[in-house]
Amino acid sequence: MADVQHDPHSRAARTVIAPGYTFGTVTDQIATVVLTKRTPLFWFAGISVGITLLMMFLLAVGVLFVKGVGIWGLRTPVMWGFAITNFVWWIGIGHAGTLISAILLLLNQTWRNSINRFAEAMTLFAVACAGMFPILHLGRPWLAYWLFPYPNTMGVEPNFRSPLVWDVFAVSTYATVSAMFWFVGLIPDLATLRDRTHSRFARFAYGILALGWRGSAKHWSVYETASLLLAGLATPLVLSVHTVVSFDFTIAIVPGWHTTFLPPYFVAGAIYSGFAMVLALAIPLRSVYGLQGLITDRHLENSAKVMLATGLIVAYAYILEAFSAWYGGNVYEAAVLRHRLTGPYALSYYSLVACNILAPQLLWFKKLRSNPVTLFCSSIVVLIGMWLERYVIIVSSLAQDFVPSSWSIFQATRWDWMTYVGTIGLFLFLFFLFIRLLPMISIFEVRTLLPQAKVEEEVEG
Amino acid sequence: MIKPIYGLIAEFENPTGLVNAARAAREQGYRKLDAYSPFPIEELNDALHLHHNKLPLIVLLGGIVGGTLGYILQYYVTVLYFPINIAGRPLHSWPSYVVITFEMTILFAALSAVLGLLALCGLPMPYHPVFNVPRFALASRNRFFLCIQARDPLFDRAKTSAFLETLEPREVSEVAP
Repeated sequence: MADVQHDPHSRAARTVIAPGYTFGTVTDQIATVVLTKRTPLFWFAGISVGITLLMMFLLAVGVLFVKGVGIWGLRTPVMWGFAITNFVWWIGIGHAGTLISAILLLLNQTWRNSINRFAEAMTLFAVACAGMFPILHLGRPWLAYWLFPYPNTMGVEPNFRSPLVWDVFAVSTYATVSAMFWFVGLIPDLATLRDRTHSRFARFAYGILALGWRGSAKHWSVYETASLLLAGLATPLVLSVHTVVSFDFTIAIVPGWHTTFLPPYFVAGAIYSGFAMVLALAIPLRSVYGLQGLITDRHLENSAKVMLATGLIVAYAYILEAFSAWYGGNVYEAAVLRHRLTGPYALSYYSLVACNILAPQLLWFKKLRSNPVTLFCSSIVVLIGMWLERYVIIVSSLAQDFVPSSWSIFQATRWDWMTYVGTIGLFLFLFFLFIRLLPMISIFEVRTLLPQAKVEEEVEG
Repeated sequence: MIKPIYGLIAEFENPTGLVNAARAAREQGYRKLDAYSPFPIEELNDALHLHHNKLPLIVLLGGIVGGTLGYILQYYVTVLYFPINIAGRPLHSWPSYVVITFEMTILFAALSAVLGLLALCGLPMPYHPVFNVPRFALASRNRFFLCIQARDPLFDRAKTSAFLETLEPREVSEVAP
């Protein structure tokens, strides 16, 4: 052990993956979670919660379809209410998955290899949840395809000068590219499952999905190029998506929205909440499935550091927001600041400051950062804080805009809450299906982390 | 009559064995050969001379096509199909086209990356002769294989088999077509 610690290469390897693993044991440990006939109780408990909340979601959506968006607390002037808050929150959560899978791949951060698969799955499911809200919010959700330009007999097309239409393109591109990137990453692992399973049906299903992958060197060579290119494409895409989401606000003239720093602030906030969700998922998963050797303490600590860093950017944005409202001299912007600090939404504002700025400062301490329990709690706090942030930005800005006679306070109804909590159910349902049916850790990428994967070069003679 | 075979396949315990074997086979003059491994091995690309592939070009073209289509779509709709004069502002308002042009570039480039990957690899291909080798299932777990195909001009069942045996494999077996 003493020798290992002196060797810098094996030290890095030791913390990213526990010692003693071989290609075989890595494969078996990850594949067994999927291929075993014994499903852990945790899984049944998790998916039950997911299905229960999903049923509630379906009920809320069913009532919404019959009665219309009036069942939500949407009243003039707060017409965006919970729906857009939840949309921005969910789509932000998705961003960490793409950051881990694409940006950290380009930066050659090998520690990402064991968390990128489920982080990407998280992205996909979060985007699916996010996509629900603008569509349900349309009023006539069955006409959602009107958002896309297609040859039609109405003689009109979407207004391409509107940020809302940009958002349609950004989010649908993001969902498509994330799904493709995820699937391409899965192909070699699906081949592993095809070759490992004993069930005829599973072999057929995984075989079809694996597309006949056989690990040929010619294929790997193209595959590596494709992964890098997709990562290179996903990197600007992920930064653009939340930027475009923030355009929904910045391009409007509503005080509290109409500022230039919103795009970077939104992107940082997205990554912040996304890493919180990664931790909230990784910490229970690794202890239930005994994956501490693959999702090590170093992964948790690195994620905590990213969370702390992006949290500080978000804190800076809050300060800047207050400063520019005060220094800018615009009475409406100043009024928004005053309303947030002392108005009807002050409680939400102070809670978000406590959750997003004060609580994460504890992560400076290595002791707290490396304790999974405190880390799990702080990630839940951040998730709540980031939801409150979107709520305050959207609702408080709309509730009290230019003309005091039109002011009105937003009251969420039970349908608002049921729809919101219901999408958490949808997310849990999809996520638990994923961990049961597909390998939650990229097997082939973890194999490359093993010291045995290095080719020992012969001395050229 | 001897039944025709697809080729001969040798199984190795570790990536080093495979890379050395691939290099040796290449030096012997074999060209119709392929290696199979459970994860990408960079050195194999050198050993088998797999450096250039057309994927970057395909992705570039996909991106250019996507961006152009996105821009033309917006130009067509806002200038020709449905022009709206708002206080005399120009109809060809290119700054507002940037976002969708960008998104369409990424979308088409990513689609062509995935379709190009499948096309260049010849996937999906549910049947391939190497799957006939029972131990080949381990190629997706922890074993490394080198296959020399029968259509290689230098291929000779006995000689090639003897050559593969010199590379210290775990096992050499014939691949049914």
